[in-house]
Amino acid sequence: MDGFLQALLLQSGYNAALVAIGAALLGVAAGGAGTFIFLRKRALVSDALAHATLPGVGLAFIAMVALGGDGRNIVGLLTGSALSAAAGLLAVEWIARRTRLPEDAAIGAVLSVFFGLGIVLLTVIQTMSAGRQAGLQGFLLGSTAGMLLQDAMIIALAGLAAALFVFAMRRPMTLVAFDAEFAATTGVDVRRTDLAMMGLALLVTVIGLKVVGLVLIVALLIIPSVAARFWTERADHLVLIAAAIGGASAYVGAAISAAEPQAPTGPIIVLVCSAVFAASLLLAPRRGVLASMLRRRRFQLRVHRRQGLLALGRAEPILDGLTLAVLRREGLIRRDGVATEAGQAEAAKALRDEARWRLVRQNHASEAVAARYDGLTPIEAVLTRDEIAEIDRRLAATSGVVR
Amino acid sequence: MTGADFVQLSLTPMLIAVLAAIACALPGNFLLLRRQALIGDAISHVALPGIVAAFLVTGVVETWPMMAGAAGAAVVAVVLIEAIKRLGRIESGAAMGVVFTAMFAAGVLLLERSDTSGVHLDVEHALYGNLESLIWLAGEGWHSLLDPAALAELPPQLGRLAAVLLLVILFVVLLWRPLAIATFDEGFADTLGIRTRLLGFALVVVTAVAAVAAFDAVGSIIVIAMFICPPAAAQV
Repeated sequence: MDGFLQALLLQSGYNAALVAIGAALLGVAAGGAGTFIFLRKRALVSDALAHATLPGVGLAFIAMVALGGDGRNIVGLLTGSALSAAAGLLAVEWIARRTRLPEDAAIGAVLSVFFGLGIVLLTVIQTMSAGRQAGLQGFLLGSTAGMLLQDAMIIALAGLAAALFVFAMRRPMTLVAFDAEFAATTGVDVRRTDLAMMGLALLVTVIGLKVVGLVLIVALLIIPSVAARFWTERADHLVLIAAAIGGASAYVGAAISAAEPQAPTGPIIVLVCSAVFAASLLLAPRRGVLASMLRRRRFQLRVHRRQGLLALGRAEPILDGLTLAVLRREGLIRRDGVATEAGQAEAAKALRDEARWRLVRQNHASEAVAARYDGLTPIEAVLTRDEIAEIDRRLAATSGVVR
Repeated sequence: MTGADFVQLSLTPMLIAVLAAIACALPGNFLLLRRQALIGDAISHVALPGIVAAFLVTGVVETWPMMAGAAGAAVVAVVLIEAIKRLGRIESGAAMGVVFTAMFAAGVLLLERSDTSGVHLDVEHALYGNLESLIWLAGEGWHSLLDPAALAELPPQLGRLAAVLLLVILFVVLLWRPLAIATFDEGFADTLGIRTRLLGFALVVVTAVAAVAAFDAVGSIIVIAMFICPPAAAQV
């Protein structure tokens, strides 16, 4: 626990602090970029993108060794991965547009073919003499243990660049994400914006390779925005919340893994992120599961109360257990089911409300009002006092009694 | 390469690869037509935590517990995806992305933390398979194919895959009509009294079993290629 707190406060060594900061920046960029992809309903394109980086890593390594350089140069490897990911992205686009195959099939095909090619290249590299300590496996699941200052700086800078890019492109990307056709009529180039969006995802993916690995970078792109969706209905807030969730989970995850040497960074970050998602799913104030359960329960209780009162007023027997419990708890009926004084008053009120509503609903002129009848809303919430007085007059005229 | 070398080193891996590809392509057809191609992706990722969990529970690297674990994990994943889609009103691709990445991360973590160093269950192996290790040492030439003693030495994966392939073929043949109807028109299938949700579930389980069987051969990620590419090519 102490180790965790230390890591959280950047006190557990230079390297761990670097990793934590780099991961947090990456998380922020991924959360922001992922939001637009999520809103555009193309979350899994990022999966294809991530897997398509692998052959690029392999090819870049081979090329750098062939040119006599050090195959592990991170800039070279990341450039290679970016190029092959871009090729994968274009392949997905092309298949989805030019053939009858749906986009998900295109994603699956590109993803697996590129990944397979990447594995072949890695195997080839392992047999090369320079490939002995290549450590390219680290790109699969991320490895932050051996991160150098240079690596961390690159990640931090690229993370910053991605964040700025999101900020600059937020308007056209939001427009396209919500309504591509409308965006097109307002003069936004949809195809180019889509490509920019994916380019952003590509940037994040490439940066993330070293930290969480290519299998799990997808999680950082998707999960924060999905989790953020529970907390807001506004796109600009969504981007901010998703970036915050991504950054915080990457930071906390990196701290945990610094404190627990047995815990690999990438998976821990993803698990922290999914814990945030689970909490959002359950606890979010409006869209959360708990909130909607409470809402349903309250609605149910209101219906039972109302129906119970109407039954009381009409002197019908109440058989439903829940209805009895609701009425009893509010002191509207006694233990033996007979209405108390308060109960009689409430019942009379409910009956009168129902009678007024009936009249309103019979009257076609007040259709707009009648449409708001749900058997629960008291009529006072819909009509003014004068209107109700008018209804009461008409009620008295038809039946002779105002109950 | 002489005939003897071929039988010893290449025949069984090739057979295994072919069997695995067929076993995966059959359910893959339906997944593709049902616009669920990426369920194969999700399943292949969640197979990892399932297998690791099965190993941790039973303590042995045996095929059947591993298959059960992976199939169980696939079912858990599908249930979670559905739950997130319904409860959270989240689009299915995103729901899938959330579930399979989280479960995959859990699998990697379990694998790294548990003491599996002694067994051949390591991450890289799980990710991209180990086809070339499945050699048939007793096969000393074409004549070995007729030698029962040598045949008994065949890698057990071959027999297992054959069994799985048989299961998949049985599933597809027996349920051909309901599967086809439910794939093309789910509403119509419902009115015919076909239990479409159960059927979808069964399809997912069969897919998971095929994925695990192919796991030894090609690893958990490239299995997706076997699910998607042949049917996609056929459709084009």
